[in-house]
Amino acid sequence: MKIYVCVKHVPDSAATIAVKEGTEIEEAITFLMNPYDEHALTEACRLKNLLPQAEVIAVCFSKPEAESTLRSALAMGADRGLLITTRHRHDAIMTARVLKKAIDQDGQPDIILTGKESIDSEGMQTMFRLAHLFNMPAATNVVKIETGDGAALVTCEKEAGVRETLKLEMPCVLAAGKDLNTPRYPTFPDIVKSRKKEIRTIELEKINLPEPASRIEMVGLIPAMEKRCPKEITGTTISIAEKLVTILKDEARVI
Amino acid sequence: MKKIGRLIELKEGALKPANLGILTTAVKEGHEIFAILMETVTSDIQQQLARYGTDHIVKVVMNRPDWNPARWAQAVVTVLENLDIHILMGMTSAQGKDLLPRIAAILDAPLVMDCVHVDIDEQMAKTSQYSGKTTATFSLIGETILYGMRPNAIAAVVHPTAPHVTEQILDIPEETKLQVIEVLPGKPGTQNLSEADVIVSGGRGLKNAENFKIIFDCANAFGDAAVGASRVAVDEGWAPYAMQVGQTGTKVNPKVYIACGISGSVQHIAGMKTSGLIIAINTDATAAILAHCDYFVIGDLFTILPALTLKLTQL
Ligand SMILES: Cc1cc2nc3c(=O)[nH]c(=O)nc-3n(C[C@H](O)[C@H](O)[C@H](O)COP(=O)(O)OP(=O)(O)OC[C@H]3O[C@@H](n4cnc5c(N)ncnc54)[C@H](O)[C@@H]3O)c2cc1C
Ligand SMILES: Nc1ncnc2c1ncn2[C@@H]1O[C@H](COP(=O)(O)O)[C@@H](O)[C@H]1O
Repeated sequence: MKIYVCVKHVPDSAATIAVKEGTEIEEAITFLMNPYDEHALTEACRLKNLLPQAEVIAVCFSKPEAESTLRSALAMGADRGLLITTRHRHDAIMTARVLKKAIDQDGQPDIILTGKESIDSEGMQTMFRLAHLFNMPAATNVVKIETGDGAALVTCEKEAGVRETLKLEMPCVLAAGKDLNTPRYPTFPDIVKSRKKEIRTIELEKINLPEPASRIEMVGLIPAMEKRCPKEITGTTISIAEKLVTILKDEARVI
Repeated sequence: MKKIGRLIELKEGALKPANLGILTTAVKEGHEIFAILMETVTSDIQQQLARYGTDHIVKVVMNRPDWNPARWAQAVVTVLENLDIHILMGMTSAQGKDLLPRIAAILDAPLVMDCVHVDIDEQMAKTSQYSGKTTATFSLIGETILYGMRPNAIAAVVHPTAPHVTEQILDIPEETKLQVIEVLPGKPGTQNLSEADVIVSGGRGLKNAENFKIIFDCANAFGDAAVGASRVAVDEGWAPYAMQVGQTGTKVNPKVYIACGISGSVQHIAGMKTSGLIIAINTDATAAILAHCDYFVIGDLFTILPALTLKLTQL
């Protein structure tokens, strides 16, 4: 049983993003594992404990510095890491192809886990593209997973608290939502143990992939503009409430 | 003039209002608009679509019409091929997140989700990047182009037309690898945050679960406002995760967002910064949220909010 977990190396959610020339950002900031991928990895380790002889392999396509994210994955419980290195930004169309090829060259997946969204590119699509390349079924925003009889029974969260139960034939691709679990952060002994685990690095050029015909190319990047000029509302409680109602009525026109 | 497919989303058989702004996006550019509907189309829905600039209403009639994201995605691909449509616009809702990327994967087509602006002729889309801290422009290159629009990003403008109604009768093979076993409804009264017009949100300042009632009371006083929460409020168990607003919760875009007892962390701001009007109620004059709003009240939410609720119910 092989469980592959796709983990993306992304800027810390609290980091300030400074745009340099073109579409590049200042990279001297902290990078971490994408938060949803932490849920995916934690789930992979939970499944591993239930299934005999299962192996958890974390896969990342990024710059060489992303080794730190794979190290965190190993400390959190993955058995091995695969890092496909590149110096450039790639779209989801290419990323899915790279992840597919790297996994194919490594072994036969029974389950592929991903996050439901990366917090840097906010693409919400890599898992579906990967699943299509593998001809596997896929589900997103997964909050519960049970496996057995060659199938995965999963619960997915939709909007307004609606949940859906799906049955997917294995192998399958499951994209983790936040309610799947509470990420298990490593202890110091975990970190020490993980130092002995292997990370295999492959250069993108070595896996020989043709340029896809379709592309999603970033051509501009600007800081999100804040056009607000905050105004204070003062007065007695009653008069504040009245002023708010006036704003809601005349300015926002929602009442 | 290009043909544009618009995947229309219904909720309990009625048109979701957020569809209309997306129609407006396409109308503005003067193309031929095909509203694609996967469910039963009532005359009321047809009239609404006609009011907002639809040229063709395409009713999809499937051998098995029940919801299955993989089959529905295949059905939409078939419709696009049958009608020779190479541009598809949908909504970045839960259903859109489940369908658009599947369609893009089948067609190996470029897709940008959560677009706040698109230029159909130039094949460009603007969307947020790096958790809402930047805005990126993408150029989409491919035979078929897909856009997932952010709900409420574009206001609907009336543009009456006389749509031509057609049916697409499809025989899509049974989906063996993915089955929908059941759909479990949410708790009654849980509103859909991503498409709400007004959101009243509570954070750590609420202090406990019981106090969240004053947030609900205020939301009810608006009629159909939704209730949101910060991550602290969710982690404390005062509100379900479905209500979390922010980078790792729901990204919202209402006309009005009222933040009560929420400090305004970067992760929270990332999820609500595009709201039309932001009102903050906070006891701390140095809270970060006060720099990211349009109006703020420095005061105790436990007195201000009930007073607002009372005024709203007196209208
Ligand atoms: C990877 C990651 C992802 C995250 N994702 C999210 C996310 O999606 N959404 C999110 O919200 N957070 C998220 N967070 C958490 C975020 O960093 C903050 O911890 C959180 O938003 C703080 O919630 P809060 O504003 O309710 O609490 P606090 O920061 O504690 O603020 C409480 C506020 O209430 C005010 N207050 C207290 N009493 C009253 C009163 N009586 N009347 C009025 N005001 C009062 C206080 O002055 C204070 O400003 C994330 C963090 C990380 C690391
Ligand atoms: N470069 C990458 N390396 C590894 N996994 C990735 C990469 N890009 C995306 N993923 C996975 O795909 C999920 C969805 O990403 P996205 O489509 O960018 O929102 C992420 O949560 C990751 O699990």
